[in-house]
Amino acid sequence: MSLPDKTCAMEDAIATIRDGASVILGGFGVPGTPFCLIEALVAHGARDLTIIKNDANETGMGVDWLLQAGLVKRLITSHIGLNPRAVSMMNDGSLDVEFNAQGILAERIRAAGAGVMGFVTDIGMDTLLARGKQRITTAAGEGMFEPALYADVALIHAERADPFGNLCYRASARNFNPLAAMAARCVIAEAERVEPLGALGPDEVHTPGPFVDHVIEMSELPEVYGVVKR
Amino acid sequence: MVSSNAKTRMLARAAADIVPGMCVNLGIGLPTQVVGHLPAGMPVCLHSENGISGVGPVMPAGQEDRNLIDAGGSYVSTLPGGAYFDSAVSFAIVRSGRLDLTLLGAFEVAANGDLANWIIPGRFSPGAGGAIELAQRARRVGAITAHVDKAGNPKIVDRCTLPLTASGSVSRIYTDMAVCDVTPRGVVLRELAEGVSVREVVEATGAPLEVPDAPLPVF
Repeated sequence: MSLPDKTCAMEDAIATIRDGASVILGGFGVPGTPFCLIEALVAHGARDLTIIKNDANETGMGVDWLLQAGLVKRLITSHIGLNPRAVSMMNDGSLDVEFNAQGILAERIRAAGAGVMGFVTDIGMDTLLARGKQRITTAAGEGMFEPALYADVALIHAERADPFGNLCYRASARNFNPLAAMAARCVIAEAERVEPLGALGPDEVHTPGPFVDHVIEMSELPEVYGVVKR
Repeated sequence: MVSSNAKTRMLARAAADIVPGMCVNLGIGLPTQVVGHLPAGMPVCLHSENGISGVGPVMPAGQEDRNLIDAGGSYVSTLPGGAYFDSAVSFAIVRSGRLDLTLLGAFEVAANGDLANWIIPGRFSPGAGGAIELAQRARRVGAITAHVDKAGNPKIVDRCTLPLTASGSVSRIYTDMAVCDVTPRGVVLRELAEGVSVREVVEATGAPLEVPDAPLPVF
């Protein structure tokens, strides 16, 4: 026996994304954002997307490319303060933005990946974010139901991968990637290096291969992945 | 307008409440700058909500690791013993009460400890990020803020007018004029900034301010 090979061409994997799809992206700021996959999605041109990502990156980066191309209908996020385009599109009504507390966003994605329907929490009960949420009284007190947040597709950035889709992340580039990689029906991972089966030791793996559908080795590391000069 | 000298003393005063052994999250903006006032070699664990414990100093230009930022986007380092984790684990640390202290910025702090620091409807609405969970679940929440806003209006108020980040969360307020505690009796003046009088603090505070009879320490 040997483990299946999931490597493929980036365009082939991205071509499966349809108009109206929900797409979850790893990344917190630059680290962990799958810029090459996002660029390919812009070129592919699927429209009316629901994008799920912690933040909207900055002007001229990542999520901003999707916004600029007019492909995003809805953004589910925790903070968009570094992207003026996202803020102005929200304010003029051309982008529907749903804010979540950051850890609630993470936990809703994790819940989807864990195959549970959601969870009950009192986080944000006294805030605007509580509006419209179902209140539930439990033995532990009153809370709100937070539904699991599934996506059709996840786009992931890993530092290392093997052909089966085992993934390792680097430093603070881990962030939402392992969660996103569990929460979608189709998981597409770009990796800075794809190494032979066995090169990633079983104890080193952050995202186990069974979660991952497609593995793409990046041919180069474009400048957008580098240190942001301010 | 807060002078740089007053700001430095405010940050240093907040830093003095971070004691050895603590696990601390410093909010984006002013609170992050508190780290520059901690004694070298202080045994303290800084948490960053994007997935780091044991955050170390900001790296000088040219030595940054492109994969290592804190939640404010600064290129940081990790101390020996630091760890990386995903965002669900990061907020498990926050929600389960593992943070001894968080220091957060504020638009308004109310006499009952309510904190408003994430949205000004119609003017500023970037999203809450991690602030709601930090304010609601850190074991102790300190607010660091100018005592009055740019228009001269008090930021310590009887009741918040802005949407809340968390209710009843703040226990101590560090400003350029004073240190105040939020108590069941309301706001109590504890310390004065150098050169500031009790009367000036009372006038700049938008909530009843209890002033102890004893002489107040100066920072």
